[in-house]
Amino acid sequence: MADTESKELKVREKQEVTSPAEQTAPGLVFTPAVDIFETEKEITLLADMPGVKADDLTIDLRDNTLTLTADIAPIEGSDEEDILIEYESGRYYRQFTLGELINQEKIDAKLNDGVLRLSLPKVEKATPKRIAVKTG
Amino acid sequence: MIYRRLFNVPTWRFRSPFDELAQLRRQMDRLFEDATAPYQRASAGVFPLINLTEDKNNYYVRAELPGVKPDELEIQATANNLAISGERKIAAEEEGARYHRREREAGTFSRMIGLPGEVDTDKVKASLEHGILTVVVPKAEIAKPKQITVKS
Repeated sequence: MADTESKELKVREKQEVTSPAEQTAPGLVFTPAVDIFETEKEITLLADMPGVKADDLTIDLRDNTLTLTADIAPIEGSDEEDILIEYESGRYYRQFTLGELINQEKIDAKLNDGVLRLSLPKVEKATPKRIAVKTG
Repeated sequence: MIYRRLFNVPTWRFRSPFDELAQLRRQMDRLFEDATAPYQRASAGVFPLINLTEDKNNYYVRAELPGVKPDELEIQATANNLAISGERKIAAEEEGARYHRREREAGTFSRMIGLPGEVDTDKVKASLEHGILTVVVPKAEIAKPKQITVKS
């Protein structure tokens, strides 16, 4: 991403979830912005989740469906009064379907400065072996 | 709703049909505003979006800046303005990475925020935790009124 140095960031409204299941807990739910890329060995997912602490994040993978859920604690003091509110905060929720088999034991998740980095290593396929035929 | 307006409200003056139309249009506009913009309140349209709150002693300016490091951020305070600028960098991944999605953006940003009152610029504090910037701006001591004597 070397060509983005001079690019100016534009405002993007946070995306509210339009989830298939209705939410039972009150409050707003947002979709985090993600980057997903894969190499031969693994799939990596980066998600912007500002305000999320490691304890509040749940990553669930079952039957090829990866679910990210995160709660955030309110950051504002109780006696603060709003003057200008441009963004709302709430929970994060997003689901992905993975096409590849993932080695569940080697999944690695890191949360730094509100960015989640999730490494999903692919299951190693049996490498074809050449079988020598002996004469005799 | 419109029918009730038409038939139940006594008409004090002759109203042209265009009045009704204009009223209907205003109502429709209001409907659409409510439906399409639940929280597009007073956005200045400049990155980053901020929330400004206050209590007795301080103003609090908060912005969501995931992935931004403290040294990539510059904050300046003047009498009643706060300038936040910086750059959000996304490190290049290893070669051969094939992208499925690329929604996160990198780039520079710069924003000026007008504060409602005078502030104490020496005591401004800023912290960046879990991708959220919080700037605490103490309000200034109210300038004491000066006694002016009128000479004869």
